[in-house]
Amino acid sequence: MGGAVLLVVGVIVLELVQVSRPAMAAGAMRFLLQQDWDPVAGSFGALPFIYGTVVTSAVAVAVAVPVSVGLALFLSEMGPPPLRPIVSFAIETLAAIPSVVYGLWGLFVMVPLLRNTVEPFLQRTLGFLPLFQGPTIGLGFLAGGLILSVMILPTVSSVTNEVLKTVPPALREGALALGATRWEAIRIAVLPYARPGIFGAAVLGLGRALGETMAVTMVIGNSPEIHASLFAAGYSLPAVIANEFAEATDSVHAGALAGLALVLFGLSLILNSLARVLVQLVARGPARGAAS
Amino acid sequence: MKKTIAALALALGGVALAQSPLLITGAGATFPFPLYSKWFSDYNKKLPDLRFNYQSIGSGGGIKQITEKTVDFGATDALMTEEEMAKAPGIVHIPTVLGAVVVTYNGAMQDLKLTPETVSGIFLGAITKWNDPKLARDNPGVKLPDTAITVAHRSDGSGTTSIFTDYLAKVSPEWKSKVGAGKSVKWPVGLGAKGNEGVTGLVKGTPGAVGYVELAYANQNKLPMAQLKNRDGNFVKPSITATSEAAAGVAMPDDFRVSITDAAGKTSYPIAAFTYLLVYKDQADKAKGEALVRFLWWAIHEGQASAAPLDYAPLPKAVVAKVEKKLEGMTVQGKPIPLASSR
Repeated sequence: MGGAVLLVVGVIVLELVQVSRPAMAAGAMRFLLQQDWDPVAGSFGALPFIYGTVVTSAVAVAVAVPVSVGLALFLSEMGPPPLRPIVSFAIETLAAIPSVVYGLWGLFVMVPLLRNTVEPFLQRTLGFLPLFQGPTIGLGFLAGGLILSVMILPTVSSVTNEVLKTVPPALREGALALGATRWEAIRIAVLPYARPGIFGAAVLGLGRALGETMAVTMVIGNSPEIHASLFAAGYSLPAVIANEFAEATDSVHAGALAGLALVLFGLSLILNSLARVLVQLVARGPARGAAS
Repeated sequence: MKKTIAALALALGGVALAQSPLLITGAGATFPFPLYSKWFSDYNKKLPDLRFNYQSIGSGGGIKQITEKTVDFGATDALMTEEEMAKAPGIVHIPTVLGAVVVTYNGAMQDLKLTPETVSGIFLGAITKWNDPKLARDNPGVKLPDTAITVAHRSDGSGTTSIFTDYLAKVSPEWKSKVGAGKSVKWPVGLGAKGNEGVTGLVKGTPGAVGYVELAYANQNKLPMAQLKNRDGNFVKPSITATSEAAAGVAMPDDFRVSITDAAGKTSYPIAAFTYLLVYKDQADKAKGEALVRFLWWAIHEGQASAAPLDYAPLPKAVVAKVEKKLEGMTVQGKPIPLASSR
């Protein structure tokens, strides 16, 4: 069974390499590092898409992880027991919403809110940072990152919750016995122990964010450019593949899109392996967690 | 792998053929899909033994599939390139109806008038404000606001983009050298959205936005549409009649592969195009080939009556006469097809 899965993965990679060959005429490095994406001139570079994918995913993780840790602490440590199942049900519901629905909500509710309220506010308060400059259109990296953060919230918070459950009660009780308050016990005993596991949860969320297509393409602005500002429009790897593949008739264009698929595949592979290692580290035993 | 699938599909097709009515399959453009659906269902009522299966997967997919002969006919909004034609020897473009692309915008401006210069200026990013002097000159008496223009374009590869950029490349040398024409292009400015509905959503939701959508879609959704100055110097409102006019004003080549954007004629709307069915001139399967050609004959005659109610522009008379000649020249296994029965 395991062999069959490996075989399928191998066949997919081989096929992608085969199809992408016409676009790699000038070398794979040039394809990876070039900024230009011009289907008419037949000039293709992956960099703006890699940038867009990485930036939106980073925003998503930066927003989702603190919220998820808070939610997980509520569910496992702090929340009043009657409320816990309700909150946990609400989070599970988030995971069940189709991504196109997230996209529509983003387009019709979140984007106008960003354009009229959030982005002007960020510009007034943090406008000295290059991250928050330029015209506030609503669509862009920030919108893509925020919609992703909502989408990865269930993954990150449920894994974090499981990780917190592996913290031995003795650690918490020890801290409390030394006179720590509940918050202090969490800070000095629970969170340090769970840190690698929380990091693993974040990486799993990141993997989910990297591959999301529909919701991102609806709010990111779909313009293959690199900008420092989060307000600017960008593009992501899965979004451009979904958008252009159906009409990519010439072999170089189709090849470039297959090349982007390979890049995405590589990114996800690296991050998933990383997550596995980290989650295993925290599951292995208390020694390492307590020592850190 | 491909061969196995093809063999399997053939075998399945063979089984289906033995048991049920004749099935003709096609794939391609999404733009004429509502009309084609009506045609197939109307024609099926007329000839219950003949059924159509059409997959609206996009023009590019249609060209791919008819080239590989996995379908009996393809459909496309954009003309096949020379390179694509070389891969599918004997392929013919049969125009079925016409469509147009309109410039829609967000704002209170009534009857906005645009010239080739201002349209290309806006989409090149040279005109960035609605109260630009160039826009003001063409719109005396219209109150143009001091808001920034946000350009919205299609993010998915599409025939609509191909028609629109073909027009821009014809009227603006700068557009031609900087951007060019195609189903996906490198847009100098603006935001991308998927499909006509995506562009419409973006235009409706963004103050000062401007974008392009199909005439049929704009009509059905009552979107504001800009008047465009045509080649003869008149401002023309987008409409079905003005689209058909554009087709009448063009010298039609024998293979119908012609761009009719920026067409001559007093009342021609300048951003118009034919949509085509793609078939092989010599049909390999006798029963299917004859049925297909007879259907095409029906489509360019009786079928045209269904066009306007669904917001497509019917073919002008002169073009119909030319398509008739082309259909009469089609063959099945090298033998001509008797079309008398359908006349």
